Amino acid sequence: MEPPSQLFDVAFGAGAPLDGTALFLPAEFASRVQFGWTISVHILFAALSIGLAPFIVYFTWKAIRTDRDRYERLRSFWLKVFAVGFVMGTVTGIPMSFQFGTNFPQFSAVAGELIGGPLAFEAKMAFFLEAVFLGVLLFGRERVSDRTYFLSSVLTGFGAWLSGFWILVVNAWMQTPQGYEMITRNGMEVAQLTDPIAAFFTPRMTWMYVHMINASVIAVALLVAGVAAYIIWKKRDAKAWQTALKIAVLILIVAAPLQAVHGDAYGRHVEDTQPQKFAAMEGHYETGTADLHLFAIPTSTDAIMDPSEENLFAISLPRVGSFLASGGDFDAVVKGLDEYEQNPPVPLVFWSFRFMVGLGFLFIGLAFWGGYLIYRDRLSDSSLYLKLMIAASPLGYAALLTGWYVTEIGRQPWVIQDVLKTSEAVSSTLSSTEATASLVAFVVIYIGLVLAALYTLRWLIEGELRELGVEESPNDHWYGPIPELPGVGNDE
Amino acid sequence: MSKPLVIPVDQYLHPSLPDVWFGVVMFALAMYVVLDGFDFGIGMLYATREDDHDRETLLAAFGPIWDANEVWLIAFGTMTLAAFPDVYSRLLADNYLIALGFVLALLFRGVGPELREQREDEQWQRACDWSFVGGSILAPFLFGVLAGSWVFSVGAISLPAILTGVGLVAVSAATGAAFLAAKTGPALAEEMRDLGIVATLAYLGGVVVLLAVVIWTDAGGAASTILSVPGVAIVGLSVVAGVAGIVLALRDRYRAWLGFALALPVLLSLLVALLLYPEIYPATASGTALTVEMAVVSPLALNLTTILGFPVLLVVLWYFKFLYSVFSGPIESEGYGA
Repeated sequence: MEPPSQLFDVAFGAGAPLDGTALFLPAEFASRVQFGWTISVHILFAALSIGLAPFIVYFTWKAIRTDRDRYERLRSFWLKVFAVGFVMGTVTGIPMSFQFGTNFPQFSAVAGELIGGPLAFEAKMAFFLEAVFLGVLLFGRERVSDRTYFLSSVLTGFGAWLSGFWILVVNAWMQTPQGYEMITRNGMEVAQLTDPIAAFFTPRMTWMYVHMINASVIAVALLVAGVAAYIIWKKRDAKAWQTALKIAVLILIVAAPLQAVHGDAYGRHVEDTQPQKFAAMEGHYETGTADLHLFAIPTSTDAIMDPSEENLFAISLPRVGSFLASGGDFDAVVKGLDEYEQNPPVPLVFWSFRFMVGLGFLFIGLAFWGGYLIYRDRLSDSSLYLKLMIAASPLGYAALLTGWYVTEIGRQPWVIQDVLKTSEAVSSTLSSTEATASLVAFVVIYIGLVLAALYTLRWLIEGELRELGVEESPNDHWYGPIPELPGVGNDE
Repeated sequence: MSKPLVIPVDQYLHPSLPDVWFGVVMFALAMYVVLDGFDFGIGMLYATREDDHDRETLLAAFGPIWDANEVWLIAFGTMTLAAFPDVYSRLLADNYLIALGFVLALLFRGVGPELREQREDEQWQRACDWSFVGGSILAPFLFGVLAGSWVFSVGAISLPAILTGVGLVAVSAATGAAFLAAKTGPALAEEMRDLGIVATLAYLGGVVVLLAVVIWTDAGGAASTILSVPGVAIVGLSVVAGVAGIVLALRDRYRAWLGFALALPVLLSLLVALLLYPEIYPATASGTALTVEMAVVSPLALNLTTILGFPVLLVVLWYFKFLYSVFSGPIESEGYGA
């Protein structure tokens, strides 16, 4: 395989969709970038809802059952974040299902019978539940009983998790399709549902659900911990936020190692069911025995684009890849990328995978260190730990996104594994002018949307600090120990 | 392969199940047009309010319900995909920019009020107001154009499609005004009444012009359907509901007015269903015309969606009853009163 020279070719396959003279992007290319971009933004908000749900339920429960002000404070703060995230999730979610029709109508036509049901169940069972009871949660505190209010928080959270379930039923089917047969409808080869149980509970389904829910919980726990660490940095005796930091770290102690153990087994499942994707994840170009790369860094810029063995400084276990793949045989032959006519863009998959795994280990380290600090009762006193947690607050999201890049880019050239290619799913009537126009609009508007979300979080934190009585002072600094503030040592 | 025991595989639960699903999809469309319609109306009427207190009253009316209302769009879309996948893919692919423009307008409509309350900054709030108002006008317009393009099969850039868009804007303004009149204090209600009457008259006028154009040009062969007995009945009932609503509004009977105002988008959706059936998608550049029979999914898939989906749909309707009963009181600027 020739080392490709341009990122563009690497990412979207040679055959040059761009000839360098066209003003507008080819419709297929623009559609794929648009879908990838819009889902990347949408999933940030979807994961926020899923990950924040247990926090909201817990804070609501404690706020109702105890008189302590700290839980009411946390409930009210994170519910505002949840509300903004939910609105952003709704308005970015609708374009996702629309693009199945606008940009990938052949995908909808071929797979409609398989994916339409789960998507409709998602809307009816989960989304309505979440939207209706979030309305009560946000505006109904004084209008319903404590019990109904708590129940609303549970139903809202359950709605978020159920939403994720049905969406992943669809995605898992696209990875490991079953429970269908191909028939002809209106002159077109389409998939017909033959076994709903098999189609809904595909081999990938449970792997994906556990991994995604847990990833969302980790991402949000890191976000909660980061915000808490920042507020503690500004105001050491903010009891509510000491509690929030502790809860987030305790959740990470469970969730982060679970993700690694589960992810390892998940990887072997991918190797069994999608060998091509697995070969791309491991940079396994030629069929033969496989080494296991524990760690790899590129030794030259070429290696970024072409992560083959001779280009990497890698710590590898010889033949362990074969051993794991076959379940005990060091000489087992693992299928390489040379077996396939068309391959996914290997560098994107290879590096996304390593980025995700590396971050996963970082989270385990942070979690255990936090556990040690809790044990020594020093969690809110370690200046370095607070700073690291502030820095780590977006990293859970980075891991979640790169994980999805492995899953989705790694499945290419297929949109439905071995059934329909992405290039065949694209609209035949879409012009490059229209596709480019919508892509530009989505890029510009979604950047604005993400900035608005980040600014909102910042304003909410500033508001919280004002309520805690923290004045902005020119003495704020980021080096050295935690600033000493008046009132340290006061009890609640 | 595990065989599902209760779900027939080879035939529909009832021979008319595909037609029932056409009805279900049209029901979801009607729910969306009615419920999000008055949300859009609130957004449009918001532009006529200079006073901060009034504006906050309108936002308080909008806040707890709009998101749940908007989910009916998703229900409509996904049920269409589940029952008639080819219709879903062709409708959206044939109207690419209209469809994506619509969802972006919905985006602006949704985030405007949510972001507005995050910051006490005049410039920021003005930008959010623009987002809210602009989205609330553009979204029903583009959705109407999409529906017109679907029903009359003359493309989105055509007089019938554009008039459908204008009509949906007007009817949304009318229902929004009636909703606010019924839910706010007397001072605001009186102004809403006057605006609502103008919007109702504009809607009825718009429908007459639209139908005249359609009959004149026979767009999509719709002339004969409109002039048939059910067609004339729907149009006649719309005029009656509009006029009755105006009369009740003038007598300050706002709750009754709201009832008649909400009948208008219901009748409009009924007209859409009548104009389509038994076809569900007309012949366009993307292919030949599809009837309900041709477009529907196989028996097993439809039976499954029916058995799993219908009970859930009933539960959803209960949710809405609950939501609207929690927020049934009159609206004050700081939220719903007791």
